[in-house]
Amino acid sequence: MPGEAATAAPAARGFAGTATLKRGLRRVERRKRLGAFLLTLPLLAYIGVLFIVPLAGMGWLSIDNSTIPERMPRTVAALKGWKPSALPPEAAYAAVAGDLRAAFKAHTFGLIAKRLNEESPGAYGLIAKTTFRTAHLPPDQDWKKVLEAIDPSWGAIPTWRLLKRESGPITADYYLAALDLRYGPQGQIELVPAYERIHVKLFVRTAWMSALVTLLTAALGYPLAYWISRMPERKANLVMIAVLLPFWTSVLVRITAWIVLLQSHGVVNSILVATHLVGTDDRPRLIYNALGTIIVMTQVLLPFMVLPLYSVMRGIPDRYVRAAVSLGAHPWHAFWKVFAPLTMPGLGAGALLVFILAVGYYITPELVGGQSGQFISNRIAFNVQESLNWGLAAALGTVLTAVTLLLFALFHALARKSRMSLG
Amino acid sequence: MKRAARAYADPLERGWFYLFRCYGLIVLFFLVVPLVVIIPLSFSASPYFSFTHQMLTLQPAGYSTRWYANFFNSGSWLRAVGNSFLIAPIAAAIATGLGTLAALGLTRAQMPFRGLITGILILPMIVPLIITATALFFFFSALHLVNTYAGIIIAHSILGVPFVVITVSATLSGFDQQFYRAALSLGASPRHAFFKVTMPLILPGIISGALFAFMTSFDEVVIVLFIAGPTQRTLPLQMWTNLRYTIDPTILAVGTLVLMVAIVLLAGLEFVRRRSLAMRRVTPS
Repeated sequence: MPGEAATAAPAARGFAGTATLKRGLRRVERRKRLGAFLLTLPLLAYIGVLFIVPLAGMGWLSIDNSTIPERMPRTVAALKGWKPSALPPEAAYAAVAGDLRAAFKAHTFGLIAKRLNEESPGAYGLIAKTTFRTAHLPPDQDWKKVLEAIDPSWGAIPTWRLLKRESGPITADYYLAALDLRYGPQGQIELVPAYERIHVKLFVRTAWMSALVTLLTAALGYPLAYWISRMPERKANLVMIAVLLPFWTSVLVRITAWIVLLQSHGVVNSILVATHLVGTDDRPRLIYNALGTIIVMTQVLLPFMVLPLYSVMRGIPDRYVRAAVSLGAHPWHAFWKVFAPLTMPGLGAGALLVFILAVGYYITPELVGGQSGQFISNRIAFNVQESLNWGLAAALGTVLTAVTLLLFALFHALARKSRMSLG
Repeated sequence: MKRAARAYADPLERGWFYLFRCYGLIVLFFLVVPLVVIIPLSFSASPYFSFTHQMLTLQPAGYSTRWYANFFNSGSWLRAVGNSFLIAPIAAAIATGLGTLAALGLTRAQMPFRGLITGILILPMIVPLIITATALFFFFSALHLVNTYAGIIIAHSILGVPFVVITVSATLSGFDQQFYRAALSLGASPRHAFFKVTMPLILPGIISGALFAFMTSFDEVVIVLFIAGPTQRTLPLQMWTNLRYTIDPTILAVGTLVLMVAIVLLAGLEFVRRRSLAMRRVTPS
């Protein structure tokens, strides 16, 4: 720093040892910084290797397109300069046959077929059929004729356009699929057919149901937090234990309890029937649908709303509202004009916390959501475990992670503004 | 409208006050009742999730401990408990060790990039569980760690880390460094001073961090669902299977037992908190 040097220069003339002292101090400072950093290093390395790397790996998986370039190198090379205005040259047919024959020997043609099928349903059959019928032919053929005889789609441009599109090392296909888009036969981006449009619907549903749950936790939690915050300390601590007890019990135990309460012959319905509010044959469906997901999630997430609200309200002295009342404000007016604005940071933090947790919910929708209460998380799990489309799962997951991190950054800014910690 | 309706309040205000109190009670009820309901049902004699006529009329025949007997005689439930008690302590120990060390660094005045590093370390708490599970599943399948105890322990220790870092950091920021300096000035070696002075004072924070980490692992089902094999079945996974496929009241008995454990742990945590408050009161000046 030039300014520092300028002030240090005359001083150094005065005291011969100052420069060395300064250097020494700086060295000590540096050593202290290093020492503090070294303490965090083991954990940083642990999290870095075992958490950040897997997350990055998931991000990579969502754009990775190595299957075709690795398994069909001849085809990729043959289609290099091809423009999809006409059918490719004969060499491309020979390249496809060569690649598939090699893939048959290496037992990898299934991977090729699966990858192409993810982008164009029906491609699996085409590749499998072509592989089996070309595998045992002698290598010198008029491959164009052979392939077109096996399946007429080899004589159509869309098949070749698909191969050409999958030749690159990375792809945006999974993100398109995550937004219910795909490449049409002419290579243009279009919406998938209406019955397949599921992801945008799930994203929207995840968002609005999370927003509703957030609203409900606020409506239930705000008065509760206010009530507890005005209790004497000992009693407040006791009630807070009651609030925190569900927080500490397994979410599965709580879901079980809700199934007991809400199922068609459960406690709530039995009470409704016993009091003749509903007939025994038209018991309302309270669980295994969107309503069930909302009820259970509201209860599970309520403590996350009450905690920040309570900690903010506890810090607002009674005398503020009393002062307003003594100055002639109606108690309601005093509450809205004096107390409520002071609790806004707590409400904002609680709401964002609940919303962030809600958008990532998986267990609750899976167990009590039925069809109409599924979230995007359930679709991710489905793609990982059942449809085995890992690229799509990774793309959906990356979108969800990005949204969550963005919301968290907002939460952090808000929490810092109100000087509140997560703990 | 505080502890009781004030004497000078008019009837309308009093009405509002009681209405408000009722609302608060209903919300508390909504929070707690679902937990209370499972306790009597876990003693039901019938294999369904509902109160039978016999139970409501308090006939002894309506009650039994068969679901508890079922739990204690079932190999798969007991194995699941064993697995949970194997995985959770190891995961909590790893998280607590590494997390405490990191918290010690993070709370030092000279820590560089504090915000960034704290952010990275609490990331496992922010990223949705399903994402962590998916990412670790992809990563562990490449490393052949799927269907192993090591895989689950690593994953659970990662989930526990943010809790330890946050609680221990909070405790350390309340810790008066003068104690440590006083020990040094009286001739203690830094190591000795740390273990004899700092450590006992921040121990409550470390213990509650460890408890948080333990509970996180003990409760976790999403990751286990993705990366556990049949031999690593934990208690939550067994409960999940029971809820999903063979609903019977054994899960209510287990739920009641888990609830008891949670109450004991919560009481323990409150005890630790009070103790640390009591210790904090002995501060110089």
